[in-house]
Amino acid sequence: MRSFTYTIQEAIGIHARPAGLLVKEAKSYQSTVTITKEGRSVNAVKLMALMGLGVKCGDTVTVTVEGPDEDTAAPALEAFFKATL
Amino acid sequence: MITIQGKGVSNGVGMGPLYFYQRAKATITRCTVDDTEAEWSRFKAAQTAAVEQLGELAEKARARAGDEAALLFETHQLMAEDLDYEETVEAFIRQDRLNAEAAVADTSTQFAEMFAAMDDTYMQARAADVKDVSRRILGILTGTAEGGIASEVPVLLAADDLAPSETVQLDKAKILGFITAGGSGSSHTAILARTMGIPAIVGVGDALKPEHEGRFVIADGGTGAVYIDPDDETRARMEQKREEQLRLQRLLETLKGQENVTKDGKSIRIYCNIGSPEDVPAVLTNDGGGIGLFRSEFLYLNSTNYPTEDEQFEAYKKVLEAMGGREVIIRTCDIGADKQIGYFALPKEDNPAMGMRALRISLTRPEFFRTQLRALYRASAFGHLGIMFPMVTSVWEVREAKKMCESVKAELKKEGIPYSDGVQIGIMIETPAAAVMSDRLACEVDFFSCGTNDLTQYTLACDRQNNDLGRFYDPHHPAVLRLLKMVADNAHKAGIWMGICGELGADLELTETFLAIGVDELSVAPGSVLPLRNAVRMTDTRESAARILAELAADHHRI
Repeated sequence: MRSFTYTIQEAIGIHARPAGLLVKEAKSYQSTVTITKEGRSVNAVKLMALMGLGVKCGDTVTVTVEGPDEDTAAPALEAFFKATL
Repeated sequence: MITIQGKGVSNGVGMGPLYFYQRAKATITRCTVDDTEAEWSRFKAAQTAAVEQLGELAEKARARAGDEAALLFETHQLMAEDLDYEETVEAFIRQDRLNAEAAVADTSTQFAEMFAAMDDTYMQARAADVKDVSRRILGILTGTAEGGIASEVPVLLAADDLAPSETVQLDKAKILGFITAGGSGSSHTAILARTMGIPAIVGVGDALKPEHEGRFVIADGGTGAVYIDPDDETRARMEQKREEQLRLQRLLETLKGQENVTKDGKSIRIYCNIGSPEDVPAVLTNDGGGIGLFRSEFLYLNSTNYPTEDEQFEAYKKVLEAMGGREVIIRTCDIGADKQIGYFALPKEDNPAMGMRALRISLTRPEFFRTQLRALYRASAFGHLGIMFPMVTSVWEVREAKKMCESVKAELKKEGIPYSDGVQIGIMIETPAAAVMSDRLACEVDFFSCGTNDLTQYTLACDRQNNDLGRFYDPHHPAVLRLLKMVADNAHKAGIWMGICGELGADLELTETFLAIGVDELSVAPGSVLPLRNAVRMTDTRESAARILAELAADHHRI
């Protein structure tokens, strides 16, 4: 299992479009990607659940990646967060 | 030949095949199923179709207005194919053994509630998106194309009744006339038919049967008769009638360019009511003097989310430019009551006609109101604009709305965006409260326009949608006419003008009465301009005014 934390820079948080992009990104890996905010965790391939977390600008989330391609997926996801969120 | 008698609410003779309007069932059937696998497949097929439709809509929006415009449909697409959404539907089907329709409806409610409960207004607004996506899937599941007329040739359209959101989506070129089971003279179908100048017959009940679909039918909007498979004699007679009406139409043509002036030289302005920029050509061909009521609801009804300031601005500008400097009065959003829109997420009301509607919504949601006012003022630089607020009951409401106008103007000025300083502000008089307070309200605005449909409904305590009320719903009731006179008198005392933009304005039996009362403007369906001009030109108020005013003061009930 690999994990990293990230503080959201995007002004209106993980709203619909970034959430959609994140879902697509997460689906491209074999590993399970989990987003955790204040103790609540959701699977990153689920759009509604992701939006339901209500992640806002300035919130810190923990991203965990677990599965066969976790070693490549984790850094790729970290780069994705920096670029998009 | 089968003859069916309804109530004719829009004149004209229409001939053609009968077609039943298809729609998604308002209430879905809910049941448990044995073959859950089959239900799951049905859902998957509907989901795939919905995703495809949304993809096409997104591309269309992108081609027309760029990436931002496509975003809404793309978000809906993501929701439709979302794993979370799908798994919830799956659980309802496989575990609760619900049919696909019920599973989608319950999933929709579950997620909409989740979004609505969030503390972020952006996320709260996503509740409407979930509902919209679900409605699309439900429409596909129940096998109904939204508002479409799947016929190659123009048809006589039969329906139980049509909602405003449905009529805006209809392909008008395909409709020869309307026949509805329910409805009344003031239903939206009737209003639409009169705007289009085609026949409409309402209240035929269950006389039209599915097996009549596709048969040759003649509808006479004057008498309310519907003939299915007419015999030769009837057909000849109706063709003759249609000819005569066309002849009358040609006679009216000669009135184009003439003034609306009585024999004794009293003039009145005749303007038009329109529901979208597409109606402007009808105003111009019928020689309407201006637009007395542009219902801005079409923008909201035609959209799956709040129309943006730019979208609204473009639509208003288009109408103002097309009218070439003639007056255009745009009514701010009149949603609520019988015009409901999903993404407004209005709470369900027991009595919506007396609930959160029109200006009440605008004042309660200032950001939404501000967007519309900004679009209106920006458009004001392109023509002669009047702004009208619907559903006023109190002076403070008007003051608050005017304050918003002032702040919008100040904003535009600061941003260097041009607007006209000559925008007239008016209000609809459609509640008894506004009529009674019209002396005070007249000091606040530049004009009054009476919405007689609602004024009649509220004054007589008669639901305008309830066609069982029949003779009790009487727009000629002296109570209504006396209120109109009172409003006109109060307007004139304050030096402002008073018009009528309800259906009553086109009622030729009342033209003399309106002239006697001193109404300054009548705003009617484009097709009614010339008949009304004809009636005005035949009137001599020296003969009629004193008698009519005396009758109104006495209790004599004119019919």
